[in-house]
Amino acid sequence: MTARRLPSQGRRIDRSKPISFTFDGNEVRAFEGDTIASALLANDVVGGFRSPILGRPRGVFSAGPEEPNALVEISEPWFEPIVAATMVDAVDGMVVASRPGVGRLRADASPARRAEHRHAHVELLIIGSGHDGFYPARDAAADGERVMLVEQRPTIEEGAGGDFVAEEVTYLTRATALGLYDEGYVTVLERAGDRDRLWHVRAGRVILATGAFERSIAFADNDRPGVMLSHAASWSYPLEYGVLPGSRAVLFTARGGSYGPASVLASNGVEVPAIVDVGSIGTEPDLGLARDAEVLNGWVVSSTDGEQRLEAVHLVGPGGERRTVECDALLVSGGWDPNLALWRAIGGGVRYDEEAHAFVPTEGPPWLTVVGAATGEVFNDSPYWFVPSDDTTRHFVDFQRDQTVADIANAVDGGLRSVEHVKRATYIGTAIDQGRTSGVVTAEVVNALIGESPGWQGPSNARPPVMPVPYATLAGPFRGELFDPIRTTPIHARHVERGAVFEDVGQWKRPRFFPRSGESMEEAVERECLAVRNDVGAMDASTLGKIEVIGPDAPAFLDRMYTNRMSNLAAGSMRYGLMLGLDGMVLDDGVAMRLAEDRYLVTTTTGNAAVVLDRFEEWLQTEWPDLRVYCTSVTEQWAVVAINGPRARDVVDAVGTDVDLSREAFPFMTFRDGQVAGVSGRIARVSFSGELAFELHVAGWHGPLVWDAVMAAGQAFGIEPYGTEAMHVLRAEKGYVIVGQDTDGSVSPADLGMDWIVNPSKGDFIGKRSLRRSDLVRSDRKHLVGLFPQEILPEGAQLVLDETAETPMPLAGHITSSYRSPALGRPFALAMLEGGHLMHGRTVFAPLRERTVACEVTSPAPYDPEGVRRDG
Amino acid sequence: MLLIPCPWCGPRDEIEFHYGGQAGIAYPADPEALSDGEWADFLFMRDNPKGAFAERWYHVHGCRRWLDAVRDTATYRFVSTGPPGEGAGS
Repeated sequence: MTARRLPSQGRRIDRSKPISFTFDGNEVRAFEGDTIASALLANDVVGGFRSPILGRPRGVFSAGPEEPNALVEISEPWFEPIVAATMVDAVDGMVVASRPGVGRLRADASPARRAEHRHAHVELLIIGSGHDGFYPARDAAADGERVMLVEQRPTIEEGAGGDFVAEEVTYLTRATALGLYDEGYVTVLERAGDRDRLWHVRAGRVILATGAFERSIAFADNDRPGVMLSHAASWSYPLEYGVLPGSRAVLFTARGGSYGPASVLASNGVEVPAIVDVGSIGTEPDLGLARDAEVLNGWVVSSTDGEQRLEAVHLVGPGGERRTVECDALLVSGGWDPNLALWRAIGGGVRYDEEAHAFVPTEGPPWLTVVGAATGEVFNDSPYWFVPSDDTTRHFVDFQRDQTVADIANAVDGGLRSVEHVKRATYIGTAIDQGRTSGVVTAEVVNALIGESPGWQGPSNARPPVMPVPYATLAGPFRGELFDPIRTTPIHARHVERGAVFEDVGQWKRPRFFPRSGESMEEAVERECLAVRNDVGAMDASTLGKIEVIGPDAPAFLDRMYTNRMSNLAAGSMRYGLMLGLDGMVLDDGVAMRLAEDRYLVTTTTGNAAVVLDRFEEWLQTEWPDLRVYCTSVTEQWAVVAINGPRARDVVDAVGTDVDLSREAFPFMTFRDGQVAGVSGRIARVSFSGELAFELHVAGWHGPLVWDAVMAAGQAFGIEPYGTEAMHVLRAEKGYVIVGQDTDGSVSPADLGMDWIVNPSKGDFIGKRSLRRSDLVRSDRKHLVGLFPQEILPEGAQLVLDETAETPMPLAGHITSSYRSPALGRPFALAMLEGGHLMHGRTVFAPLRERTVACEVTSPAPYDPEGVRRDG
Repeated sequence: MLLIPCPWCGPRDEIEFHYGGQAGIAYPADPEALSDGEWADFLFMRDNPKGAFAERWYHVHGCRRWLDAVRDTATYRFVSTGPPGEGAGS
């Protein structure tokens, strides 16, 4: 008879509900309410685990989150790569495997636990529901405050429990506060049945009633299965789960005279032959029910023995005398340390208390208080950290890192004195238990080894989360389609029906191309491009950012925001504009349409709409509050169909409109309000392809109707829908840049050869002064050029002037856009090239991994350079 | 996560805000009159104190208004907030 289940006792288990699960393939019988660890002990699985580096046998060491040994992978009914067996309730049919210290991901795994996120706001959050946490919660709730009580264990620890708290207090059980952050922001992980719930709590005040952790003592082979922390072995397992850790137990304690653990075990029928007390207190010991135990004052456990599990302990007396005691359980208590991981991670201070022989809290954030055992209300006697020995290579300190007193000594011999340095040399405290049982011991071993007194320095700092959290839980429901908002245009369903391949542009889904059956992307894009150049194409341009800028000072405001003048634009006309950062670099481009004297609609690039609106707001609110201007996003109010190609006028005419579409009546860069396909809308003559083009703007809900009308009317003219890929090719052939693709925040208008759009005579505008900075007028800046490479180059490829140069080759530029141009019948690229404006006609080289590609430098606008095609 | 007292919405989580850098850096009245060095000072140079720091925040996912604040860079506590030009103390 060794570790076993008692016939009665165990307030957490329900003996009427037997369950079973498998551990490393073997059946384990348990009751509902058991943790995996308590069930293992009840089945006399005392070992069963391996240490991660040395492969030494290990067993359950504790009953809580400090567990360093009993780490498991759960593969049914959910997948969890690694978790402490002490923290998970056993479930019928569960499949559990031991894991040596490190989790692994598995492609064949069951789904992770379901996860959800919740938010809560409370006046008071209390972490820990023991005596010191429970009563403040009750009192605050009675005062009408919103209170949340977080308890790591399955039930509220103190008081009458559920009846009272259900009314006035939000209480979470099986819940761990993972971290405290600024101003009472706390994240809490609740294990609720088959799902994890991540709480984001903002609390006015936070009370830490997190108690204390029992600390271990380092001696030879102190990691043998059967060695356990005394409180877990004598209190948690017998009283909560009705499980005894063994049949013959020795208590090894540095808490002089405190022999309660021996008494509890003895009362449950465990034989206790000896109590090894490092102290030498001569007073009458209180043995309780362990009256048969021999108390050995001044003795220590020097080492242990056993095959797979503990069979005996070797003792050394104050005079060097030696004894061996057979036993199958060794209860160790080096004392208690306040649980201050959360406190320290938010910047709370600690000091060593000479009375408590422990580190206790000092100053912290004003919203945070510590109560109870966590403040240092612990009863430690003589501080005792490790048993001196000539050989400390098996005196384990950090079980999860397999690090010993000898390893610490090695680090100290190497000149390290700070625990933070020792931590990084040994990795002590960096495993998933965050060194709960090893932190203080390590600090005190270092203090002793460098000749300092106890408490000279404390354990290394802790960081949230205090427990491992699966990424799936952190992600919660925000996965797949919920990962990021998906924006679609009013016409989206039509594109889906037509089999469009979509690409993400910001949060938008845009058709990239519309393949016919069997077509590759290259073939589809070529067909779409040629349709626009030779006949006509239509694209959904609804994603363009659209901002209405309204007010008497709107003209003056836009003059300050764009490099060119918008104030002299006539109503009914539109103008392309560049927007710069204060540093003079291109930030965005777009078209301003003057709707009325005091009213503009400006467009932005698809991905930049929010940035531009925010920028307008910033200047209006913070710098020019005197300007009477209001900005409204209308991106989603308008559906836009762009019709490009020589037959564009015919298509719009066939769609039906009351607007005079003739070249004379409706010039380029103007717009007209009128009827389109039977609904009221706006037609704009603006082109991003260089071809004759009309944009049809209608209310969003009319988008599908107008799209259908365009496709039907266009059939006679060979219309093709085209996507962003063809649009990119068409605009590149004309040298129209895409901000964010051909520019990267370090490109000025002059670098793009776009001085023509900068109007220095109109007064100040954002970025103007920067254009004169010495760095922006260098002649060797990178300039936008066109390239005719011998083959299609990858975007991002580097350019060199001398292909024979030694590596590292001097780099002269890079490709920003690269396509096969159907209109030119050859590969074509845009690039940023040093001094490029003066290099047209020269040859540069793109060194790829296997070969070097020669490229002829050309104007960035090789197609229709005179611009004769835009008027049809 | 910071708790930012928006002058219009009350205390709100930091995720609702964009940071706007140091407050009280006025746009020069006549940028053209500045030397390259003076302009670069305006453009690039900002204070980085330990302790009270006047800075700007934008309640972008709330009321969409800018505010000035004084925040302690050592404790992350907000000392004061107010409308642009008024919340950064004097």
